Amino acid sequence: MEKEQTISVDAEPVISLRDLRVSYGDREILHGIGFDVKRGETMVILGGSGSGKSTLLRTLVGLERPSSGQIWIKGRDIAVISQAEMDEIRRRIGMSFQGGALFGSMTVGENVALPLREHTQLEDSTIEIMLRLKLEQVGLEGFEYYMPSQLSGGMKKRAAVARALAMDPEILFFDEPSAGLDPIIAAGIDQLIMELKSAFRMTIIVVTHELASAFLIADRMVLIDKGNIVAIGTTEEMRSSTQPRVRQFLDRVAEPEVTQELDYLQMLTMERPSGRASRK
Amino acid sequence: MQLASQIGASVTNGLGYIGSLASLGGRAAYYTFVAPFRGKPLRLQRAISQAMDVGVRALPILSLITFFIGLILALQAAYELRKFGAINIVATAVALSMTRELGPLITAIVVIGRSGSAFAAEIGTMKVTEEIDALETMAISPIRFLVTPKFLAMMVMLPCLTIWANAMGILGGSLFGVSQADFTFGRYIQASVDSLFLRDITTGLIKSVMFGITITAVGCFEGLSTGAGAEEVGRSTTRAVVMSIFLVVVVDLIFTTLFFFVSER
Repeated sequence: MEKEQTISVDAEPVISLRDLRVSYGDREILHGIGFDVKRGETMVILGGSGSGKSTLLRTLVGLERPSSGQIWIKGRDIAVISQAEMDEIRRRIGMSFQGGALFGSMTVGENVALPLREHTQLEDSTIEIMLRLKLEQVGLEGFEYYMPSQLSGGMKKRAAVARALAMDPEILFFDEPSAGLDPIIAAGIDQLIMELKSAFRMTIIVVTHELASAFLIADRMVLIDKGNIVAIGTTEEMRSSTQPRVRQFLDRVAEPEVTQELDYLQMLTMERPSGRASRK
Repeated sequence: MQLASQIGASVTNGLGYIGSLASLGGRAAYYTFVAPFRGKPLRLQRAISQAMDVGVRALPILSLITFFIGLILALQAAYELRKFGAINIVATAVALSMTRELGPLITAIVVIGRSGSAFAAEIGTMKVTEEIDALETMAISPIRFLVTPKFLAMMVMLPCLTIWANAMGILGGSLFGVSQADFTFGRYIQASVDSLFLRDITTGLIKSVMFGITITAVGCFEGLSTGAGAEEVGRSTTRAVVMSIFLVVVVDLIFTTLFFFVSER
């Protein structure tokens, strides 16, 4: 049993990034990102605010176009394929957005059933059954007639996961699954992700800055800072890393604070005031 | 020199804007007329509920406004006409200006206020809450899902509303005609109908279809190009209203000019 799992993880990468660069206008956000995600693996993309981790996720699901580089998903480079081919791949992936992104004008049930109604020719009765199943998987049975506005933050996230699961995706993306949730509800979402991982052997990509949650769910993680990869490795490798930037992030050390006015001046002007260096 | 370059930049921006609207309209047209034959059905139910919103629910306010406009037109026309003892031409003046110009225009402006702004706000909010992104990652085209039903609803409902507005305007004029100009109600309506040619009504209706397309394109485009944050939704709603009113007047001018030269021959 143990061996089988190793094989399924070690199979060919489902996602490969090669020298990925993404820009908004003139500003380059990602400066050449490259890593692989293997089948059945849970990869956590860690990074602070403004590190580019959300941009990376948006690029992976095709919401942003890279300015250069390659993104291989299931053997296709999504940086160059057509809209129709991209839609083909999108039917095989699921994405859970930070705020849930449920459609406010539809009930929870209609939200979850939407991909099935749009992309399959299934009978209504079949869709009904699948809908119940998906809601049960995320612990929301009986909520299909609620409107999203009647749900709490955690329940919205769960409903969003149910919708992402609707088409039985091979790859599941999560944007900040625990953002805006209290620790107990957030732990529940982590639990849900781990259940999905063990039950369906799904490839899961999670973007987060929550360290506890990241170390709990990840097989491997990649730390991103200012658009570059700082470190990549298993949770153990990350934990024992001696790289200063990794340590700073993991030990939650604030950026060195500027206390002296001269240092502040130096930071602003980017040069050392002459003749006063000795004071340091 | 700087002035010239500024004018140039504005013109390029304006043309770019029109281009974006046309591209949006073109894609919506594809999903309305081509895609249904390729196994991507229209969301007719959604279109009907949009039509209810855009059309039927606008009737009370539109009726009131156009009734008053008709009455105002009659008063204004009579002010000048009575000097010539030609006050009985009031019916003709009201009927012609309502059907050819004010009916379609006032309807468009009421619809911009009620629905054009609502389109921008609805789509803009969806953009801010990542719902548009969610549609895309589910391989559902936001254009087909959100924009196309709105186009359909507008293109059908705006001419209907315009016909209603014309009728209400004439009715408003009749209030003056009957009370001040020795018309009976029957004779006023008869005089209005007699003064109209079919083309007066059809040119108005053609314009109203064009207005419907313009309003939807602007409303949806502004919604889809909303930036991040709640205040951006307000900004795109405002822009949608202002741009729609401006472009409706431009479209009106273009078509009125066109009809003027076509009917001359």
